[in-house]
Amino acid sequence: MPTTFLDFEKPIADLEGAIMELRHRGNGEGVDIAEEVSRLQAKVERQLRATYAKLTPWQRVQVARHPERPHALRYIETLVSEYTPLAGDRAFAEDAAIVGGLGRFRGRPCLVIGQEKGDDTESRIRHNFGMVKPEGYRKAQRLMKLADRFGLPVITFVDTAGAYPGVDAEARGQAEAIARSIEVCLELGVPLVSLVIGEGGSGGAVALAAANRVLMLEHAVYSVITPEGCASILWRSADAAQEAAEALRLTSDDLKKLGVCDAVIPEPLGGAHRDPEAAIKAAGDALETELTSLDGMDAATLRQHRRDKFLAMGQKGL
Amino acid sequence: MNWLTNFVRPKLRALVARKEAPENLWLKCPNCEQMLFHRDLEANQQVCNQCNHHLRIKPAARLSQLFDDGKYETHALPRTVLDPLKFRDRKRYTDRLKEAQAENGANAEALVVASGKLGGYQAVVSVCDFAFMGGSMGIAVGEGLLMAAGLAIDNQAPLIVFSASGGARMQEAILSLMQMPRTTIAVQRVKEAGLPYIVVLTDPTTGGVTASFAMLGDIHIAEPGALIGFSGQRVIQDTIRETLPPGFQRAEYQFDHGMVDMIVHRHKMRDTLIRLVNLLLKRPAEEDLPAAA
Repeated sequence: MPTTFLDFEKPIADLEGAIMELRHRGNGEGVDIAEEVSRLQAKVERQLRATYAKLTPWQRVQVARHPERPHALRYIETLVSEYTPLAGDRAFAEDAAIVGGLGRFRGRPCLVIGQEKGDDTESRIRHNFGMVKPEGYRKAQRLMKLADRFGLPVITFVDTAGAYPGVDAEARGQAEAIARSIEVCLELGVPLVSLVIGEGGSGGAVALAAANRVLMLEHAVYSVITPEGCASILWRSADAAQEAAEALRLTSDDLKKLGVCDAVIPEPLGGAHRDPEAAIKAAGDALETELTSLDGMDAATLRQHRRDKFLAMGQKGL
Repeated sequence: MNWLTNFVRPKLRALVARKEAPENLWLKCPNCEQMLFHRDLEANQQVCNQCNHHLRIKPAARLSQLFDDGKYETHALPRTVLDPLKFRDRKRYTDRLKEAQAENGANAEALVVASGKLGGYQAVVSVCDFAFMGGSMGIAVGEGLLMAAGLAIDNQAPLIVFSASGGARMQEAILSLMQMPRTTIAVQRVKEAGLPYIVVLTDPTTGGVTASFAMLGDIHIAEPGALIGFSGQRVIQDTIRETLPPGFQRAEYQFDHGMVDMIVHRHKMRDTLIRLVNLLLKRPAEEDLPAAA
């Protein structure tokens, strides 16, 4: 049971609160509460099903940003054995907003890279809330080139509000770092599969996702700008974020229709944060399917495949 | 306030009003505030003759200053889906496009693709038009750049891009973001063909355009004083809650931080580009060539 509830989850929070209360009291008095609890739990499930069946785009954004949603390191630690983190861009610094290294994904040696948001105050600060600086993108480039040299497939986990907007990031060439990352993605002679697990925030996200296959979790979002940013520019008011979220077509189903996303991974009822193990397993299955589909393609074919995929985009609208 | 006062009355007034002297006969330099006569400005390539401030310049003026004898051919951008997402903010995207085309010309977009002789040899030049929806990059710009790359390869010519953009075209949302990898593919094709790809960063170049094709040049030239960066200054200020350093994100700042090879005055742009291309392509020095036609 999550400890953070989103504003539209109020009825669910109330029900789950009641269950907790019952259990607490039941423990004390030895009264049989099983029946009442299971009745309430069925109600929670009905409520969750009803709510999550018709999430608005803005609600999806909130789910994608849920603080208890599993983040990149959790996927990596669950799915990748012998995970061996590698660090540093060899030019300036180590940026913990990018995590990555070598490991074995379901038996195959590979290289994984992720944007890590952190799970508590301390780790959020350490990982800079998943907002990558130029040294982070340069680290990612270094790792991708390493994978290329040794013929290892690359898996990227995308989850960022956007590249870090700061004076230091600009001073060290944030734009160049992102542009170069996209270029390195497109040049790889090994399979590159990207999975948007939460927020796919603009250039900061596409820098790791110019991939052969781009997957999204059901409630993940992927957008050119945050709904708040878009609202403040086009509506001249951040309060219009809900409308902006709708107009931006940032949900996994819309992006699938547009050919930006190749496959959508269904999430457990109530979102990945309600059952992280199941969500991560489903993600692992999907990643395995995609990697298998790229098996046997040589370097030139993989590059051409990636180019063709991006060149085909935007030929039709919704 | 209603339809009559908002819409009809101004229209009538505009019809009846006596045409006064065009307001743009005199222009105040945004840097030194000197009043500049439009003919002087034009003759000086839109550079302030008092303080050397480089004003923004329309693609047509840029191109005629660049090519030999001011002669070049423009290439219509490929047809692309208009308003693929049926985007609507306070206005419909289709209406915003119509307005921009009313101001900039019937088939205008934020990119102009041209070819012609530069120093006696064929060159392909793409110029972003900041006046068209802030030079924002949507599908049309992406396709235009892919076309420009194709032209360069077909003609074995260098590709020169003058960038000026606020970034991605928000109204094309994710499809505008996808122009970052797509334009990168255009650049890769030119490089794979062994041809020079030169970027001239002009005021302003920001966002997704800087973070894709504008930062992938074999050589980066900036115009003096041009704003060049990734994040907008307001966003940065809101994040760090400090005042920004003086000259932040200007061409000179980017030069000091290693992002551009050189800062070139507009008057010297043509000669510089010709020299660079000739050196990269191992052509004879210009004085050894027959005079340009």
